[in-house]
Amino acid sequence: MEFCGGHTHAILRYGIRQLVPKTVEMRSGPGCPVCVTATADLDKAIALAHLPDVIITTFGDMIRVPGSYSSLQQAKAEGADVRIVYSTIDAVEIAKANPEKSVIFIGIGFETTAPTIAASILKAQQEKIGNFYVLSLNKLTPPVMKALLDSGEIKLDGIVCPGHVSVIIGSHPYEFIPRDYGVACVISGFEPLDILLCIDKLVDQIEKGEPKVEIAYPRGVRPEGNRKARQLMEKVFEIGEANWRGIGIVPQSGLKVRGKYERFDADKAFSMSLKPPREPKGCRCGDVIRGAAMPPECKLFRKACTPESPVGPCMVSSEGACAAYYQYGTPENL
Amino acid sequence: MDDSILLAHGSGGKLSHELVEKKFLPFLANTALNKLDDSAIFEASGRLAFTTDSYVVNPIFFPGGDIGKLAVCGTVNDLAMNGAKPLYLSLSAIIEEGFLLSELEQIVQSIKKAAEEAEVSIIAGDTKVVNRGQADKLFITTSGIGIISPGVDISGANARAGDKVLLSGTIGDHGMAVMSQREGLRFSMTLESDCAPLNKLVSQLLETSSRIHCLRDPTRGGLATTLNELARQSKAGIVVEEAKIPAKEEVKAACELLGLDPIYVANEGKLVAVVDPADADKILAQMKKNSYGRDAAIIGEVTSEHPGKVIMKTKLGPSRIVDMLSGELLPRIC
Repeated sequence: MEFCGGHTHAILRYGIRQLVPKTVEMRSGPGCPVCVTATADLDKAIALAHLPDVIITTFGDMIRVPGSYSSLQQAKAEGADVRIVYSTIDAVEIAKANPEKSVIFIGIGFETTAPTIAASILKAQQEKIGNFYVLSLNKLTPPVMKALLDSGEIKLDGIVCPGHVSVIIGSHPYEFIPRDYGVACVISGFEPLDILLCIDKLVDQIEKGEPKVEIAYPRGVRPEGNRKARQLMEKVFEIGEANWRGIGIVPQSGLKVRGKYERFDADKAFSMSLKPPREPKGCRCGDVIRGAAMPPECKLFRKACTPESPVGPCMVSSEGACAAYYQYGTPENL
Repeated sequence: MDDSILLAHGSGGKLSHELVEKKFLPFLANTALNKLDDSAIFEASGRLAFTTDSYVVNPIFFPGGDIGKLAVCGTVNDLAMNGAKPLYLSLSAIIEEGFLLSELEQIVQSIKKAAEEAEVSIIAGDTKVVNRGQADKLFITTSGIGIISPGVDISGANARAGDKVLLSGTIGDHGMAVMSQREGLRFSMTLESDCAPLNKLVSQLLETSSRIHCLRDPTRGGLATTLNELARQSKAGIVVEEAKIPAKEEVKAACELLGLDPIYVANEGKLVAVVDPADADKILAQMKKNSYGRDAAIIGEVTSEHPGKVIMKTKLGPSRIVDMLSGELLPRIC
């Protein structure tokens, strides 16, 4: 399983599935920040957008994902102020420039984005910016890998571990996987040769029956990771449960804003009443996220669900598995 | 505040006249424009081509050009892509209140320079001023008229099986140059936009061969979108080889960093030519003689298989479908 949506895209884009022997089956995993965001959390973000004097800032793909009843894009069309930012620091700048508004950053992503979000909270504190808030939906990688392995739903032989996440966390946090589950782990970069090297190493480990954690992306990842980035994360966030689309509540897999910084926590600062979430009918994003279904196995794929009118988040995000299978189909399925 | 645009500059009164007479006429002067009549009068006979386009680029100044140069080159190129020799343009500017006159002058000067290079005259124009916030600094619309020589028949519908597909140079330069300057995404690189008038290159190609079937400039949506348009219009298939598509190292590196595929990134000074295989080498050699075609290459061919679809042989060997750009190009989150 390639955990990361970026890997799924590279695998499809370069035709790697066609290159490897048929005995190697690649399944995409839950590594797409937009996709794993639970519908209930999306609904919360959309409700925040509709509050008066609020500016919502978030990363691009988020605004197109359908929630239960609407999307941030639709909220924007209805008059809400929703802005795409490329970095969290921009969200702080928007807060500075609009002191009469509450600026809420919808924080999604894994260990890659969390340090930058932590840095934005520290910057807002340092510069005494009182109108900046974060809705922290950040998630952690190793705990959800554990949840998938514990469920036993799919029998994985090896994991293509995420490259950018591992830049931050290093290779040690994956060590329980070969030790406790006997599953091979290799950290990969995103270039086609990186991925081929990674698959080669995984197959080698599996054939030898010696699962371990290896780094096939040494130009980016050190075993100890980036200590400074982790310290930032730990300073601002504490570990708590998180709601994952398709997986549900996974203990110890989310990042919550620490009490010391709670005045920046959108969850505490704003209250809203939300209708119960509902999932789009027929959408199998949840199965796709767990690796239990391949995108073309979903009845909506390429029919009711396309990148132009997506039903589920996996078709929206540039890191989503369905979008990758849609965009980079093989000549056989013309 | 005499150094910025006031609402009164759009009143139609004295300030409006002053704006035209001081900021536009001195640079763009020609007999038809100087008359300041309600319409421009000119002689023309034969088959004419007519096109229009609006320019709303953000930021309006970018490495290698600005909105003025773009507004001239874009419309000139649209005419040239049908084999027309561009003759006259109209230019209409919608200016936001508060826009700096010095910046306006800089843009008009670059309009002058681009028009001189393309040997076109701007013979009609209009200016409007809107309230602050109702436009983003400056929007420009240009329309253009060109003349088509007898016997020239260039259309996106003319590709035939066996034709070769030529690309005039490296892809993604404009899109990445603009993106590198965009708010919140600033990264420093030496890259410049490829924004350029291609009409002379086209006329050289038309002199070289009478067997050029399609010409198109891969602007928004990039090379991938243009190839798909040609395949659909011509009801033919196109096969291209990824390894043969020229791209600058810095564009590739920036795309890797942001998770973008250069074949979807905009160009403003490149063209795709679909030509009879017998003349392909001759046309390529001619392209390479022009500075705007220096890096030209034959990147693929037209086939009777999979009509309307584009297939790319990836650099690792396997093939995949190349779809049109869907939605916006957004950097990856993770």
